[in-house]
Amino acid sequence: MKHNIRIAVGPVQFRIGSDWAEPIDALGRLYAGYPQDDARPAEATVRLFAARPWRRWLRPSVHIGGDFIVPDALPLPLSMGLLAAEMAMNLQVALGWRRHMLLHASAVARDGRAVILSGESGSGKSTLAALLGEGDWRLMGDEFTLIDPEGGDAFAFPRAVSLKNEAIAEVAAQVDPSRLGPLLAGTPKGDIRHLIPRSDAIAAMHEPARPALLLFPRFGGKAAIEAMGEGEAFVRLTEASTNYVALGEAGYAALTRLVRETPAFGISYPDSATGLALVEQLWAETAG
Amino acid sequence: MSAVRTFVDLLAGRRDPAALAPLDWDGVIGVARSEAMLATLAHRLAEADLPPTVAALFADQRAAAAVARRQALWEAEMARRALAPAGIEFVLLKGAAYAAADMACSAGRQIGDLDILVLAHDIRRAENLLLKAGWEWVKSDPYDDAYYREHMHELPPLIHKTRDRMIDVHHTILPRTHRVTPDALALMSDAVTSGSGYAVLNPADMACHCAAHMLADGDLQGGLRNLWDFHTMTRDFAEAGPGFWDQLGVRAALHGLQSAVHRAARLSRDLYGAALPSGWDRHDPTDAWFRRRLFARDDWGRVTDPLLEQAFYIRSHWLRMPPAMLAKHLWTKWRKR
Repeated sequence: MKHNIRIAVGPVQFRIGSDWAEPIDALGRLYAGYPQDDARPAEATVRLFAARPWRRWLRPSVHIGGDFIVPDALPLPLSMGLLAAEMAMNLQVALGWRRHMLLHASAVARDGRAVILSGESGSGKSTLAALLGEGDWRLMGDEFTLIDPEGGDAFAFPRAVSLKNEAIAEVAAQVDPSRLGPLLAGTPKGDIRHLIPRSDAIAAMHEPARPALLLFPRFGGKAAIEAMGEGEAFVRLTEASTNYVALGEAGYAALTRLVRETPAFGISYPDSATGLALVEQLWAETAG
Repeated sequence: MSAVRTFVDLLAGRRDPAALAPLDWDGVIGVARSEAMLATLAHRLAEADLPPTVAALFADQRAAAAVARRQALWEAEMARRALAPAGIEFVLLKGAAYAAADMACSAGRQIGDLDILVLAHDIRRAENLLLKAGWEWVKSDPYDDAYYREHMHELPPLIHKTRDRMIDVHHTILPRTHRVTPDALALMSDAVTSGSGYAVLNPADMACHCAAHMLADGDLQGGLRNLWDFHTMTRDFAEAGPGFWDQLGVRAALHGLQSAVHRAARLSRDLYGAALPSGWDRHDPTDAWFRRRLFARDDWGRVTDPLLEQAFYIRSHWLRMPPAMLAKHLWTKWRKR
């Protein structure tokens, strides 16, 4: 394809091609600090393309494809090309990656041990992980956490963090503006702005961490902690895994081990400061 | 050299994988994925000297294919439990059959839907039993449903409520309206039992069906994979029984599939290096169009020749139905767009 770039995030080497220069340039800026190995074959291919040749210029709209295609995925206007690229990268990993069990979860680590936060969109897991990652924690990722089926370790997938809506101002107040991508206003998911993880988090992206705490955050309501049984954590995580079924017995074994060995809690919190305090409290009580 | 040619050469064993430049793998892997043959390639190159990340990816693919194969055979078992107690016999077709018979082409082969063949007079009963056992109609419109029932060689696809897997129940191997009418009764009555206890087509019929599926029924989507199936099965059948190619000729004539079967044999010689006996080893200038269609992919996995693709699509419909019916069908489909 006319414009392309290679990006390594965690264990995945992406090859991304595009009919337009803009999304590739935007990715280039966001991932400039990531390790580069231009001779390494790609594990995942992403394509950003115009459905018809004239749509490159006339009302350009970006279709996403690659190794795997979701037939009913809607195209995005070129102004949201970066969002399209990020969605396409996530899609290829969600549907194609088999080496690890994939959890739709954010994660942070300290002293080689990981806190995994799983929840629906809007639960605040990305924001909590981003804020923890600005403090004493190493950000592992805001979208996927990878569990090694052999040893049970968690691996990072530290893509640029998608901050949404109110979280944008909250995080922007704490970080150097050079670490923020362009504001994408009015996307199908609301306003989005990407945060480049800290360079130490990127440098450590290949280091495994032992799962120490499983949290299921819920934004809203008063502060509360509720211990969660193995069974419920198991079921919730099967729903949060994009490849649990495809992995067969290996997925079952990995997930069983994860919920047996890792204490799990549901937490409710009215604001980020309370959420962060609850994470620290549970860390001190169970893992620290 | 184009990625798709490199890919075919690797399968055929004409190229040393260790001699590829690291970035050549991008195109090879892209083509293999778009042909749904990455795990097939991973099996073919299991012993090869590969860049470490490619070797790791291929190991993932082999493991994933082993899980998928087990799931596909479990689906066959579910169909057996639904149909066998009522005395309905069925024959496994395509991917599930290759896996049940543990054939070389099943190593890493993607298995999509479960395809089975039943006798035509059993088909309504088979449908009812499957509906009772938890399969349901995929939501489709009344035109498509009637179209399947009147003109096709199979029931409208059914999907299992909880397992989310499709089953295609065939009563023959080409559409009823097709210019060629294979002998479905002979396919059923001459079927053989595989090592795992399932009925599968006998070797010559299996090769006939593979060629029919690739060249007489479709638009050559997935052609490289179907051709790989044909190539490896005919090679192994011929090795196991010296009279195989003659039997294949006899059965192809019985089913009216000589042209498809002979072309499949020539293409498997041209692409994968099959050794053909003298009667089969001819040259046909029209094969060039088929080769061009099979090679029409760039190293991003995209079809490079949309006009040729369209031509093969039209050809597949032309073979499937008489002209007046084709016109009516395309008109109805076009109006519903």
